[in-house]
Amino acid sequence: MSKHVLLIEDEPNIIEAVSFLLSRDGYNVSTHSNGHDALEVIEAKQPDLLILDVMLPGRSGFDILADLRGRETGEGIPVLMLTARGQTKDREMAQRIGATRFMTKPFSNAEIIETLNEMSLA
Amino acid sequence: MNVLIVVSLGYVLALFTVAFMAERAARSGRIKWLRAPVVYTLSLSIYCTGWTFYGAVGFAVRSGLEFITIYLGPSLVMLGWWWTVRKLVRIGRTQRITSLADLISSRFGKSNLLAVGLTLLAVTGTTPYIALQLQSVTQSYAVFAEASQDGFNQTSQTTTALWVAIGLAMFTILFGTRKLDVNERHDGVVMAIAVEAVVKLIALMAVGIFVVWGLSGGIGPMLEKIGTSEIGMWNVSGGRWAGLTFLSAAAFICLPRMFHVMVVENDDERHLRMASWAFPAYLMLMSLFVLPIAVTGLDLLPTGSNPDMFVLTVPLSQGQNGLAMLSFLGGLSSATSMVIVASIALSTMVSNHIVMPIWLSFTGAGASMSGDVRYIVLLSRRLSIAAVVMLAYFYFVLSGGGSALAAIGLVSFVGVAQALPVMIGGIFWRGATRIGALSGLSIGFVIWIYALFLPSLGVGVVVSEAMMANGPFGLTWLAPHALFGVKGMDPILHCLLWSMLLNSFAFVVVSLCSFPAPLERLQGAQFVNVFDHARSAKEWSSGAAQSEDLMVMAQRILGAREAQSLFGIEAARQGAQGLLPEPTPEFLGVLERELSGSVGAATAHAMVGQIVGGASVSVDDLLAVADESAQMMEYSSKLEAQSTEQRRTAEQLRQVNEKLTQLSVQKDGFLSQISHELRTPMTSIRSFSEILRDSQDMADIDKARYAGIIHSETLRLTRLLDDLLDLSVLEAGRVSLNLSHKSLEDVIEGAISSAGLSDENPLLIRRTPAREDILLHTDVDRLAQVFINVISNAQKYCDADPRQLTIKAFQSKGLATVDFIDNGSKIDPDMRDVIFEKFSRVGETKAGGAGLGLAICREIMTRLGGDIVYLPGQDGTAFRVQFPIICGGQPV
Repeated sequence: MSKHVLLIEDEPNIIEAVSFLLSRDGYNVSTHSNGHDALEVIEAKQPDLLILDVMLPGRSGFDILADLRGRETGEGIPVLMLTARGQTKDREMAQRIGATRFMTKPFSNAEIIETLNEMSLA
Repeated sequence: MNVLIVVSLGYVLALFTVAFMAERAARSGRIKWLRAPVVYTLSLSIYCTGWTFYGAVGFAVRSGLEFITIYLGPSLVMLGWWWTVRKLVRIGRTQRITSLADLISSRFGKSNLLAVGLTLLAVTGTTPYIALQLQSVTQSYAVFAEASQDGFNQTSQTTTALWVAIGLAMFTILFGTRKLDVNERHDGVVMAIAVEAVVKLIALMAVGIFVVWGLSGGIGPMLEKIGTSEIGMWNVSGGRWAGLTFLSAAAFICLPRMFHVMVVENDDERHLRMASWAFPAYLMLMSLFVLPIAVTGLDLLPTGSNPDMFVLTVPLSQGQNGLAMLSFLGGLSSATSMVIVASIALSTMVSNHIVMPIWLSFTGAGASMSGDVRYIVLLSRRLSIAAVVMLAYFYFVLSGGGSALAAIGLVSFVGVAQALPVMIGGIFWRGATRIGALSGLSIGFVIWIYALFLPSLGVGVVVSEAMMANGPFGLTWLAPHALFGVKGMDPILHCLLWSMLLNSFAFVVVSLCSFPAPLERLQGAQFVNVFDHARSAKEWSSGAAQSEDLMVMAQRILGAREAQSLFGIEAARQGAQGLLPEPTPEFLGVLERELSGSVGAATAHAMVGQIVGGASVSVDDLLAVADESAQMMEYSSKLEAQSTEQRRTAEQLRQVNEKLTQLSVQKDGFLSQISHELRTPMTSIRSFSEILRDSQDMADIDKARYAGIIHSETLRLTRLLDDLLDLSVLEAGRVSLNLSHKSLEDVIEGAISSAGLSDENPLLIRRTPAREDILLHTDVDRLAQVFINVISNAQKYCDADPRQLTIKAFQSKGLATVDFIDNGSKIDPDMRDVIFEKFSRVGETKAGGAGLGLAICREIMTRLGGDIVYLPGQDGTAFRVQFPIICGGQPV
């Protein structure tokens, strides 16, 4: 049974690239592209893994994660956070609010696959 | 001889008894007869000292009728100028004046420097005079001793003088410093000198009667004798008479002892009424027999006899020992009363203005040590008395007791008269200032010392003969007795003329050129207007007048509006009409509190008290003070303004700091945004290039697609960098405009074709080219850039179907306006300003822009002197671009 990965990201080309990579590696990928209703989508889809961008239209990835960790259903989902801002304080913030892993754009394909594999095994 | 000593001691003992009884009577409250007008009048007779008692006859022998001037001056003062004396007395009483120095220093703002100066002047002027009294006593003693031929000669005159001095000092200390009274009244002393006044009058008249009726056989023969005598010649030199009369009048007011009995010891102003006629009468009686005695003395006694002693020697030569004894007692009375009062007056000055300030400044004692201070004051008075008398004694010894002393009376007069301009000016002229007083006094004092006092000690003592003749350093115009080349005058009058002239001149001119301090001004008003306010106080009994004055004052201090509201509220509370409430104690309390906020509690209390109590300060004076405090307030408001300025600067700094902090935050945000905008396309590029690299078995169509993405993302990066550079150049204002002529129609045309409109998602452009026929002179490429941006935004974001963009152009007052209105959804009102910020985007759609477009547009329009704004109230999203048709030109 392949793992279900939900990718929340607003940049179409990145969505396409990541979806391609994960599908090729055997993941079942679904996507969502704004922050407003991201939490509801997560709740509804109950993914095995979550990839969450920080700068989303409507709502920031940090807010979404913080809310998610506060919910019973979202407590245990491994989350990989992506950010393009590349600041250390973003990494600290992500760790503090409960991101499982954190990655700065641009990343290498091998890196994101490897990270997701580790997360799904853990 | 023993008889003389016994009589003298008996007389002194009697005086002690009189003084003692008077003190006791005063303590037990039986004060009325002690303070009768006649006592006051008699006490004034200390003007007639031993010098006058004996010396008047000598004066007459030497200068004829001129001796009368010495009596004429005081008589004129009492008869014609009694109101000046009354003013002095009133001031002395209201201000609790203790001495001449106190009066003048009080008048000029309680200046201690003035007090010290006047004290020195008084001591310098009076000490020789006291010495003169010692001389007259010892001389008369010697005359008596010679006459009785019992070997008194062996006892030197200086020893006699010493004993007299010690006795007088003891008497003065005993009765002059028994108590420390605020008004400095000495009932015992006053009574004693009144008795002495009677004794000396009786003595002189007894000698006179004896001379006229006993020796000459009546008035007729006496007059005849005088008529034939040289003395009786009416040898008048007008200037000299006027000068001497003026001098004696001035001295009468200014002599420390005269001031003391006349002003300080005065118990009731009304006593002046009697004194104003009785004292001249007394003087007349005193002078009545001067000529007869002089003429008789010249007749009876051998040539060369000392005319100063005729009063004694005439009776002695006739064997009238009893009469001579009486005469001796008269002379003793004159001398002792003068010494007693003069030393009291001087010691008060020395103690109050020199010893106490020094003692207080050394010990730093405050008012809390009042008990000790009382004791110290008394001690310092006593020591001062002893010092003054002893100083006079030493002066007597050093000057040799010779004829040099005879002239010292008038020399002294000129000295103390230096206080006259300042005193008269002080009580009649409000413009007189402390600096003026100091200048006048100093100049007068210096001239007196130089031109009269030092030479009077005898040529060669201090002033050399050469200097007397040719002036110091050969400056003849500075010769002591011929100042400024005025030669041949009597030294007394010469000095009087110059010293009074320059003294008054300096006093007036310097006063006019200087400004009185607030305290001086207040004191000046109190002194000058001492009578006026007593009268107006009665008029103030009506409440309205008082309220009005209070109102005027309050307005000056609080400002018109506040004062009126304060008074209005109170008036309304009292149910009164208008703005003038009854000055009830409660209201006065409120007013005082209000005023004290501005001028301090003490001043406020004084001001209200002065108006309500009707004391000696006029409303004008208070207003002058109020004006001064207004000046102070103005000054302090200047300071306040400065501190406001500082606060404003601090506020500006704070704002700048805030702005910098904000900018720093913005810069962080901007960098973070740039990072995001750069990393996002790079992520796609990296990911897809790795995919292409790692996947050999990929379909060509996918390969082409991924390569296309990489390509478009590369373009996006390039565009972003272009925009960033463009924006940074525009924001830094480094952009140089490339001005050229082009019609608006052409610019819009070019912009539409460059906007990259595609056919697959058509946007219909509606225009009215005729209205675009405006010839622009501006940077047309930059303007086109703005239009392109706006058109391509519509292309990207317009969500209607079918889509259309209306471009409306018009011109007005030198401004061209171009509106771009699409038919899509409007921009949220909250976002209408934000869209012009960097990296702002509307909606969720990614249109490939970094959100810099409108920010760049706004920067460009600002450079072109125009603006771009969101245009509300249209059917869709609308922007208005407005700019001067001629860039850099003024709008018409």
